[in-house]
Amino acid sequence: MRRGAPALPPVTASLAQLPLIGLLRSASGRFALLFTALFAASATAAAMVLWWNTAGALDRQTDAAIRADATALMERRADAGLMALVPAIIDRLALDVQNEALYLLLGPERQILAGNLDTWPAEANADQPWIRMPLLRDGAESEARLLRVELGDGHRLLVGRDVAEKLRLRALLSEGLAWAAASSALIAVLGAWMLRRALEDRLAPVYGTAAAIGGGDLSRRVPLSDRQDEFDRLGMTMNAMLDRIAQLMEGVRGVSDAIAHDLRTPIARARAKLEESLDSAADEEALRAAVEQGIADLDDIARVFKAVLRIAEVEAGARRAAFAPLDLAPMLADAAELYGAAAEALDQALTAELPESLPLVGDRDLLLQAVANLLDNALKFNPAGGRVLIQAQQVAGLAEVTVADEGPGLSPDDRGRVGERFFRTDAARTTPGSGLGLSLVRAVVALHGGEVVLEDTYPGATPPGLRVTLRLPLGTVPEGTGSTAA
Amino acid sequence: MRILLVEDDAEVARFVKKGLQEAGHTVEHAANGRDGLFLAASEGFDVLVLDRMLPGGVDGVRLVETLRGQGNRSPVLFLSALTAVDERVKGLKAGGDDYLTKPFAFAELLARVEALGRRPSAEVPTTRLKVADLELDLLSRTVTRGGRKIDVQPREFRLLEHLMRHAGQVVTRTMLLEKVWDYHFDPQTNVIDVHVSRLRHKLDKGFDKPLIQTVRNAGYMIRAQ
Repeated sequence: MRRGAPALPPVTASLAQLPLIGLLRSASGRFALLFTALFAASATAAAMVLWWNTAGALDRQTDAAIRADATALMERRADAGLMALVPAIIDRLALDVQNEALYLLLGPERQILAGNLDTWPAEANADQPWIRMPLLRDGAESEARLLRVELGDGHRLLVGRDVAEKLRLRALLSEGLAWAAASSALIAVLGAWMLRRALEDRLAPVYGTAAAIGGGDLSRRVPLSDRQDEFDRLGMTMNAMLDRIAQLMEGVRGVSDAIAHDLRTPIARARAKLEESLDSAADEEALRAAVEQGIADLDDIARVFKAVLRIAEVEAGARRAAFAPLDLAPMLADAAELYGAAAEALDQALTAELPESLPLVGDRDLLLQAVANLLDNALKFNPAGGRVLIQAQQVAGLAEVTVADEGPGLSPDDRGRVGERFFRTDAARTTPGSGLGLSLVRAVVALHGGEVVLEDTYPGATPPGLRVTLRLPLGTVPEGTGSTAA
Repeated sequence: MRILLVEDDAEVARFVKKGLQEAGHTVEHAANGRDGLFLAASEGFDVLVLDRMLPGGVDGVRLVETLRGQGNRSPVLFLSALTAVDERVKGLKAGGDDYLTKPFAFAELLARVEALGRRPSAEVPTTRLKVADLELDLLSRTVTRGGRKIDVQPREFRLLEHLMRHAGQVVTRTMLLEKVWDYHFDPQTNVIDVHVSRLRHKLDKGFDKPLIQTVRNAGYMIRAQ
């Protein structure tokens, strides 16, 4: 899972060397420890509740019984005098089939008046009225719980219970709890280990991909499971980000390709022309003409450069911040009016069929430039006497803008290639132009989430003409409109 | 006009300064934003020509923002190698009045500088423009030459209005595209020439003197002969 990931910190190595520190350092280890701690806390809480409700309840029950017994004896004394306690105690002992009850009534001379205890225990002289003390009965060791009651005139009474049975129950409970604690600790550790494994297994492809991309392989993507859980969402977000980066890289590469390939050529040509005229210009006028030509060539190069940068800018999507609600209809009418005069001068006819209004959310300048490029192309390739039609309509949630001419059209092979930068059909090589017009149109339409459709104006006819349709979603105002792009 | 040029590239600065001086203007030059700001704030200039990116911590946009903050309203033309559309918007938002991308033809720069320097003051509303025997009524949207009414389309009216507001100055094709059509890119087809020649045809038909002149390598100018 760490193949091709040399840039990764040596997590595994430190894990092997210092297990605990490694565990604490890794997030999954910390999650696992947290899990263990929470599990242990809940197990402890459960044990405490269990103890309180069983052993604790038994103790409280015993104390309550003793207190009730003592209270009953006090009432008897109040009703019938101190000496009535003696037969009461004897009665109680006789009825005690479980042989648990303990009594001792002591007279002022410390003589035993009634009860089943042999002596007054030393523990019973403490300040606390409640006493817990070991007890030897019938040769067996046991424990007694006693309540001392001062009766006045030197009379004292002990009321209590033999709690041996309860002690045994308690021991059993403790043992059970110890086993439960041990097994839950084991489960906690196991669970923590499994949790950590599961986390690492899900994260491994993510950082494997990130490491591969860091190493230069931009084609890698995070593999997704079909669970659509948090990790898949993380993976999807990363993949979307990577697609975006790849797209931007593609744009940059496109620019450098364009600079390398298609700007060097005109630069070389301009340079050659200038050098030649420097060497062999007949007179000053020829030299002046050559310099003027050189400037014109440089202007062309600058124009191509600007177009390439504009395409890259559009493809990078940075212009989406400039989207605003606009009405396509008057914009297209303006463009048709601007180009109409040019068409007339070329002995062509430009007709516009536009709706009253065609609202859309987009970038005015870019859309205008795209339409202008289409009109430029149409006028350039149309024969004299030809017609150009610019049309717009709203079709099923889309704005459709069509520019159709009667020129040579495009062969199906060329149609796929015209969006490529600097691609020019063989027929177009003799006409001026950079071959960037449709690239920009494509980029602008893609920025608006639409598509470009290339067709014949008159299918089957010669020449077929070219009909370019831009299908643009009407769009909604994106968030952050009005703020300038950072 | 007194012009302040703030440009760090020595060669471009020399070329622009020489050209503006030859056109009859006085030019002060600063090579960085700090000096430029000092000069602009302490002396009065008719036009400031600022490079968008300048060394020394104060770039063109900062410079304009500072000046505008001080209440200095001198018109500003930005020169910039940044072509992104947003850059132009940013420059204008900061208080610039015009924006020209490098590389540029000197004629384009000169035309824009002169248009900025002799901008008609907005405080005095004009209802009539007049050049020689050509009159433009901005209220009734009518054009007359020598008392004879000439029919023009709305866009031609705006084109003529722009030329007449800058009578005696060169107006380039790009300026017309920007100001009359609000287009901020160069179409391949020379669309402006056709519109101008149509307008010229309408204005000059039946008259001896042509009013709209073509200035070679630059643009157009309307002028009383």
